[in-house]
Amino acid sequence: MEVKFNEEALAVAHKIIARYPEGKQKSALIPLLHLAQAEFNGWLSPETMAYVGSLLKIQAVEVYEVASFYSMFNLKPVGKCLIEVCRTSSCWLRGANEIIEHIEKKLGIKDGETTQDGMFSLKTVECLGSCGTAPMMMIGAQFHENLTYEKVDTILDSCKSEDKRKTYFDEVTVKDY
Amino acid sequence: MAKVTIDGRTIEVPDGTTILQAARMIGPEVAPPTMCYYSKLKTSGGYCRTCLVEVTKGSEKDPRPMPKLVASCRTTVMDGMEVGNNTSPKVTEARKGVVEFLLLNHPLDCPICDQAGECHLQDLSYEHGSSKTRTDFERRTYDKIDIGEKIQLHMTRCVLCYRCVKVANQITDGRVHGVMNRGDHSEISTYVEQAIDNDFSGNMIDVCPVGALTDKTFRFKSRVWFTKPVTAHRNCEKCSGKVNLWYKGEEVLRVTGRKDQWGEVEEFICNTCRFDKKQTSDWTIEGPTVVNRHSVISANHYEVLAKPNEFKLNEVKPLPLKEGEKS
Amino acid sequence: MGKKILLEHDHVPGIQGYEVYRNCGGYASVEKAIKTMSAEAMVEEVKKSGLRGRGGAGFPTGMKWSFLAKPEGVPRYLVCNADESEPGTFKDRYLMSRIPHILVEGMITSSFALGVNTAFIYIRGEYFYIVRILENAIKEAYANGWLGKNILGSGYDLDLYVQVGAGAYICGEETALLESLEGKRGNPRIKPPFPAIAGLYGCPTVVNNVETIASVPYIINNGGDDYAKIGIGRSAGTKLISASGHINKPGVYEIEMGITVEDFIYSEEYCGGIKNGKKLKAVVAGGSSVPVLPADKIINLPSGEKRLMTYESLSEGGFAGGTMLGSGGFIVMDETTSIVENLFTFARFYHHESCGQCSPCREGTSWMEKILHKIMDGHGTLADIDLLWEIQSKIEGNTICPLGDAAAWPVASAIRHFRHEFEAYVTNPNAVNKVRHYENMNA
Ligand SMILES: Cc1cc2nc3c(=O)[nH]c(=O)nc-3n(C[C@H](O)[C@H](O)[C@H](O)COP(=O)(O)O)c2cc1C
Ligand code: SF4
Ligand code: FES
Ligand code: FES
Repeated sequence: MEVKFNEEALAVAHKIIARYPEGKQKSALIPLLHLAQAEFNGWLSPETMAYVGSLLKIQAVEVYEVASFYSMFNLKPVGKCLIEVCRTSSCWLRGANEIIEHIEKKLGIKDGETTQDGMFSLKTVECLGSCGTAPMMMIGAQFHENLTYEKVDTILDSCKSEDKRKTYFDEVTVKDY
Repeated sequence: MAKVTIDGRTIEVPDGTTILQAARMIGPEVAPPTMCYYSKLKTSGGYCRTCLVEVTKGSEKDPRPMPKLVASCRTTVMDGMEVGNNTSPKVTEARKGVVEFLLLNHPLDCPICDQAGECHLQDLSYEHGSSKTRTDFERRTYDKIDIGEKIQLHMTRCVLCYRCVKVANQITDGRVHGVMNRGDHSEISTYVEQAIDNDFSGNMIDVCPVGALTDKTFRFKSRVWFTKPVTAHRNCEKCSGKVNLWYKGEEVLRVTGRKDQWGEVEEFICNTCRFDKKQTSDWTIEGPTVVNRHSVISANHYEVLAKPNEFKLNEVKPLPLKEGEKS
Repeated sequence: MGKKILLEHDHVPGIQGYEVYRNCGGYASVEKAIKTMSAEAMVEEVKKSGLRGRGGAGFPTGMKWSFLAKPEGVPRYLVCNADESEPGTFKDRYLMSRIPHILVEGMITSSFALGVNTAFIYIRGEYFYIVRILENAIKEAYANGWLGKNILGSGYDLDLYVQVGAGAYICGEETALLESLEGKRGNPRIKPPFPAIAGLYGCPTVVNNVETIASVPYIINNGGDDYAKIGIGRSAGTKLISASGHINKPGVYEIEMGITVEDFIYSEEYCGGIKNGKKLKAVVAGGSSVPVLPADKIINLPSGEKRLMTYESLSEGGFAGGTMLGSGGFIVMDETTSIVENLFTFARFYHHESCGQCSPCREGTSWMEKILHKIMDGHGTLADIDLLWEIQSKIEGNTICPLGDAAAWPVASAIRHFRHEFEAYVTNPNAVNKVRHYENMNA
């Protein structure tokens, strides 16, 4: 499959690129990688990265270097619903370990794995700035806070049929101004 | 001009000189060790932290000491600055720590490593390390990979000095490798399988301070200390053609750039000279090369792990001590 | 009730939107600045206010602004640091999501004071929903003439953009942030040069925290002297504290600096005491990087007086006996908490977040995590505790950026104040009571 943004995404990409001063288009790299990840199934394949590089007229290796640095970029395929659970101090103090255990048991997968049907992936992450409403998890772009086992069950059940990979840029705000 | 005193020896240097450069001008006895800095590469240095020194007096104008040790390779001198290197217990301690960090995940495979005998990490640990390792965790390992026909990358040995990345950026016409991932997962890689192939890529081998990037055309042919370096040149369209030929008997096993007393190449050479000219008839021989810093090679005593002798080379004469000044 | 500056209108319905915000006096500082003040006079007011950077280091903002180089013909930049990733800190998120216009207003006013025509808000990627909130606010500000060309007919132009990160704590370090904003890996730069001389795209740049910028409108509206009167001494103004952990009322509180730590933990106005009536064991007062203190040392000063929520009082006692206000991430631990396990979560965090450029931090953070893991698993030795101590001491002060120190301090303080707990894990691992915090919290 040839990797290429559709017209709408391409227009957004060009809007982002236009924000930066002449010659500084590389600044658009991270926003464009987010866009690409949302457009191409929630992960960045080497082809996708090379394509983003070509839009910015930079070497593919520069894209690989950047994409592999940031933890939000998935360099391998993920499930339709990527569950990211925080496990740092404040969340741990309020039961994050047990929440993770609960999810692992419920879905039959461990940290870093994807369910057989390709629906759910589980990833433990570091503090997401929800320490006051701990424990918490993020699915797509949405925070779920003050988690209990029951709340987790309800949320995961409601995710069953949805592809959350696109939510990240589904409402691309930059097109407005 | 700025007057700077390092380990009690004073020298006057142009403004903008780094502490490291000033120390090298005084001489090897006061020069801090380096693993990442490379004078021929812009923006190099700052990463490894082996060259940390203590600034005990900031300058004549502002004599306050600097609160932390500083990387001498990235800190410029100020007039009246006083610096402790080998004379500073803080530096000795910190450097021991740095060496331990650098060796933490470094394989202890010197006996089978091509770089043995000319490895800066080996030198560094002789001189500044402590003899014992205190880790009982498994070391990080990677598979060896070929990046092109002529160069092998053994990431397990890499100390992330960034020199090869800077070579690719600054003297080749396109970089295809770089540093991937982050933290202690960082690695030098092309990410997708790709050959590094351009006229000057071979210089990555010369700048690598350890045995992470090695010359495949030389690998396993001989231990370094069984080869004899000879200074030679040829007319080359692409580079200066000034090299060292490494002989075993009559055979040229390897061609490298000429290295100075700090282990840095004097001039970068092209891949034609390095990989394709391995006949004595390709070259005009100038004479045997004096190997000074990496004296393990000439002393031929790698096996007993003795501390190498240092040559004393004083290119720039330090200013004479003033009365009352400690040496 | 202490004075509220940032959250004064937090309770007003609809304050997220432009109209309500404007009706509450919003954007007055832009009007006042552009119509009546010179840039120099504004910097002077900020200096007088005693405002100190709220991102963690507490550097005087007015002084930082006055260092900004102003070479002819070179653009300058203002970058707001909304990367907020220090564990225990969530105040910027709260402020931006509740009252986005206060940040937009602060950015405009500050940009005018600094002579900046392009400004960025660099926000961590995980706060994506806030990007939308901010971009809506920015759109409203454009529509009402506060942004764009010729603002208020003054000839002053300003563009403001939100730049999104992608998951890297290190991008909160200001030079790493600038690298990231330039589309690169978030590797901190070697300083000097400082951003005030060569920052974004090599141009003079000021980087300030969200809360710092959001405090500027009040200072411009009411004058620096007025602001300086709030709080105590060099801890001028109000501070947002993110309170989390084993307390009854976790959340973001705006405090007037100078209340006692005890009051903050136990009063109904703030944390409301320890959850389930348990006893206080320890507090990390300023985000994961600052030293942890046991209950008596966080409540009381060495002199026996009560410790206050100020920069000075929290750091009293130096490194051995004090801590720091840092980013204001206030993590409270009750008596059931294992300091070793809590430290492990921090060590894992710093290992995960080290950029990997310099060897002490790259290798040391991973080594510390491994040793702590070993100790928690019951395989540690007394020598491991000493080794841990030594590793942190070899990282501290020897790295390119302060992340190395930030990784070292929690380890040093935990061993300093709670060595007996480490020893218990080592000498009699089976006797260590593994607490399930979930069950405790939901009992
Ligand atoms: C590792 C590290 C992480 C940091 N993270 C943040 C952050 O998330 N937000 C922030 O405002 N400052 C952070 N800082 C501090 C910034 O480098 C910088 O000092 C600050 O943004 C300056 O703004 P201020 O003067 O308004 O505080 C961090 C510093 C370090 C060393
Ligand atoms: S201290 Fe850590 S985060 Fe900072 S530059 Fe060094 S490796 Fe990177
Ligand atoms: S510790 Fe989990 S969100 Fe901060
Ligand atoms: S040589 Fe100076 S830090 Fe590496």
